Amino acid sequence: MLGALIIVFREMLEAGLIVGIVLAATQGVAGRGRWIAIGIGGGLAGAAIVAAFAGAISEAFQGSGQELFNACVLAIAVVMLMWHNAWMARHGREIAAEMRSIGVAVSEGARPLTALAVVVGLAVLREGSEVVLFLYGIVASGTSMGSVFLGGVLGIACGAAFSALTYYGLLAIPQRYIFAVTSWLIALLAAGMAAQAVQFLNNGGLLTAFDNTMWDTSWLLSEGSILGRLMHTLIGYTERPTGMQLIVYVCTLVAMYLLMRIARAPERPRAATV
Amino acid sequence: MKTLLAACLASALLAPALARADDFTLTIKDHKFTPSELKVAAGKRHTITVVNNDATPEEFESHALKIEKVVVGNGKGVVRIGPLKAGKYPFVGEYHEDTAKGVIVAE
Repeated sequence: MLGALIIVFREMLEAGLIVGIVLAATQGVAGRGRWIAIGIGGGLAGAAIVAAFAGAISEAFQGSGQELFNACVLAIAVVMLMWHNAWMARHGREIAAEMRSIGVAVSEGARPLTALAVVVGLAVLREGSEVVLFLYGIVASGTSMGSVFLGGVLGIACGAAFSALTYYGLLAIPQRYIFAVTSWLIALLAAGMAAQAVQFLNNGGLLTAFDNTMWDTSWLLSEGSILGRLMHTLIGYTERPTGMQLIVYVCTLVAMYLLMRIARAPERPRAATV
Repeated sequence: MKTLLAACLASALLAPALARADDFTLTIKDHKFTPSELKVAAGKRHTITVVNNDATPEEFESHALKIEKVVVGNGKGVVRIGPLKAGKYPFVGEYHEDTAKGVIVAE
């Protein structure tokens, strides 16, 4: 039972962390609960579908279907996170000011909650499909596996609890800083996802340029450990990054930064300063 | 037709990588890998076909090789590795980590 609990919890960590961060980033937005619930629900449904067609996906594109699929899912999530951060750069200050003056959720509708709902959905889909396959394997393999199945269910509960912990932990940050902090968290999250997408393309044999390993820090922090997995999701920690992963990681951060700078630029008429 | 096109595109993209590759096969049975130790040449690309002869799905995982790959029950999956520096690269079947483990030795 404990084994199943640990396996499922490990898979849930990534999705749990992302849900927690998204909840914190959307603090004070009316209707966010509904959107995030839609994201989670859609992700779960998608996870079941992906698990059901795992064989077909795997065999598509000469056996590179799974890698291609994962890379696409990650790439879409990166774009959505960029969109969210750009939007926040433009409107975050107003929202924070409103929240301070009125103290309640006021901003409704205008925020691209769909973007974050998609991010949540994709995270649940990716990790969830592995959990579904694992639990399916248990159910398929025999009858006396009730306790293992219970372990799996408890693992999901632990993942949800971890998500809540992330959320309340972030809420402890003073309101003034919370949008800045969540924006940076989301930027790092996106950079890590982009680097991961590159590795999937590499594994699929679709992008092999600069795939030499740059360094190895597995002696310092193993990616298999719980902390290693957390850092993998949070900042994209990889014990043996390739050159291409580093390039894409840095480029994503720079692109995110520039996008936020451009979005933030005040809309006053430009004086001719030639 | 669409799949044919995709296959052509994929093979065109993959051709350079495959041309240099040596092929290996790992078989999963009773949640164990055979062979559990695979010797490959360092500095080259290789493809490994993971054949799952169990009825249950397995996830071939190796942080050292940066690979996560689900292989469904009674199915198979292709993983691509390399070029590797000489050394040992452990891998596991994540769903049955206590029995499903092995190592790739690059030399």
